[in-house]
Amino acid sequence: MIWSKYSAPQAFYPLAGRLIPWFAAVAVLLMVVGLYMGFFVAPTDFQQGESYRIIFVHVPAAWMSMFLYVVMAIWAGVGMGLNARLSFMMAQAIAPTGAMFTFLALLTGAMWGKPTWGAWWVWDARLTSELILLFQYAGVMLLRTSIDDLRRADRSSAVFALVGVVNVPIIYYSVQWWNTLHQGASVSMATGSKMAATMLMAMLIMTIAFWMYSIAVILARVRCVIVERESLPAWDEKPAVIHEAVEAR
Amino acid sequence: MSHSSMWDSISGIIRRDLLLAMRRWSDAAMSVFFLVIVVSLFPLGVGPEPAVLRTIAPGVLWVAALLTCLLSLSRVFTPDYLDGVLEQMVLVPQPLSLLVLGKVLAHWMISGLPVVLLSPLLGLQFGLEGEALGVLVLSLLLGTPTLSMIGAIGAALVLGVRGSGLLVALLVLPLYVPVLIFGAGAVTSSMAGIGGEANLSLLGACLVLSLFLAPWATAAALRIALE
Amino acid sequence: MQWGSASEFFAMGGYGLYVWTSFLATALCMVWEVLALWRRRAAARAEQRAALLGGTDETAA
Repeated sequence: MIWSKYSAPQAFYPLAGRLIPWFAAVAVLLMVVGLYMGFFVAPTDFQQGESYRIIFVHVPAAWMSMFLYVVMAIWAGVGMGLNARLSFMMAQAIAPTGAMFTFLALLTGAMWGKPTWGAWWVWDARLTSELILLFQYAGVMLLRTSIDDLRRADRSSAVFALVGVVNVPIIYYSVQWWNTLHQGASVSMATGSKMAATMLMAMLIMTIAFWMYSIAVILARVRCVIVERESLPAWDEKPAVIHEAVEAR
Repeated sequence: MSHSSMWDSISGIIRRDLLLAMRRWSDAAMSVFFLVIVVSLFPLGVGPEPAVLRTIAPGVLWVAALLTCLLSLSRVFTPDYLDGVLEQMVLVPQPLSLLVLGKVLAHWMISGLPVVLLSPLLGLQFGLEGEALGVLVLSLLLGTPTLSMIGAIGAALVLGVRGSGLLVALLVLPLYVPVLIFGAGAVTSSMAGIGGEANLSLLGACLVLSLFLAPWATAAALRIALE
Repeated sequence: MQWGSASEFFAMGGYGLYVWTSFLATALCMVWEVLALWRRRAAARAEQRAALLGGTDETAA
């Protein structure tokens, strides 16, 4: 099977290196198209004016933050189930990018909320669960860095990542429930107006662009992790280094 | 394994942990004092208006209960980890998750039950009365075991790790959010005259869910820590 | 095309501050992440190279 061949870090390292430029190129291309559509094709929203254009980064960042957490947890689960080093490395490589998108989703959400609702922050179900998601990403990463033994660090952060997958939906629904109780504080995120097709298209293109960006960055990071963690040489560098060593002698 | 031997292994652990806790009773007393002090600070910070105090009471009491549970988490596994008993627990024929359940229940009796018993008194300080006071006690009775269950996962994950005190707070507090919302929500809605039943049954659901999942996750985390 | 002039484009109907802060923050985060990875990769490789060269020297001696 071709997949089992690439489950070894040594085999995956060059494959990831070959894939990165393609994903990066697609990401840049789609970002250019998405930004052009978002700023020059999509019309002004008749309710929110131009401020709605923040959704072209906000919604993709929010989607990626949740999607990446689930993917991270899946890799963590696969790592626990199959005892595969590369799976844990993937989980490790995903966490910082996921945390970054969570932070961006919160920041751009505040930037959108201020002109739209008149408040930087409201205790809405989506915002609250996004905030907790950021804490969980932080927990996964800090637990990993606090444990010196790599095998334990992998497995402990995997257990926490998996527990967190159960937590986030519960928080989402509990805050929604809680908001119906405190009626004054509840704010509906629904814009009411139907989105124009070009708006939706620009948002989807930006989402795919962020997705491709994430893959490129995560593959680059997993390569760093492989070099740092395996005591073997960086495989693609080997001939050059040996040549250098010979020259030095 | 038969029911009676399952119960024997759980109750054996509970009896042992309670006995150990009684020898070190000052630890349990400290968490009770902590609870009372934290709760008493709020009126001093917020001001003595009874209406304001009544409004914040459910949240304050519940957050204080969370923190009290959090502070006592290091006592669940660390002593047994240090003297090597935990390693033997992994090796005995009884399933580790059952022994974990026993230890968590003992932890609840030592640190959770005092909170439940003390809560009517603290509620009175904040001007809670009648039904709301009853719902507060009931919500804590349903919620604090869940806090111990979830907390045990965190305690097992950070076992023997440097800076574990702060780390366990960072890991566990986000997981406590649903319990906090339902627990404080039960008291708030009973004060608003809606009745706390819906929130209480959700707390019960959280308890059942954690009763099934947490001992298993905790056992997995302990095995990883002891490898 | 809906923008009469460049200044109208940058003003974003009065919401320029919010819109451009959002896009700028996102761009900065992404650029920062890529640069940080670049540096991390260089550091990891330098360490490997040092280890490998050091190892060769030992066997030579």
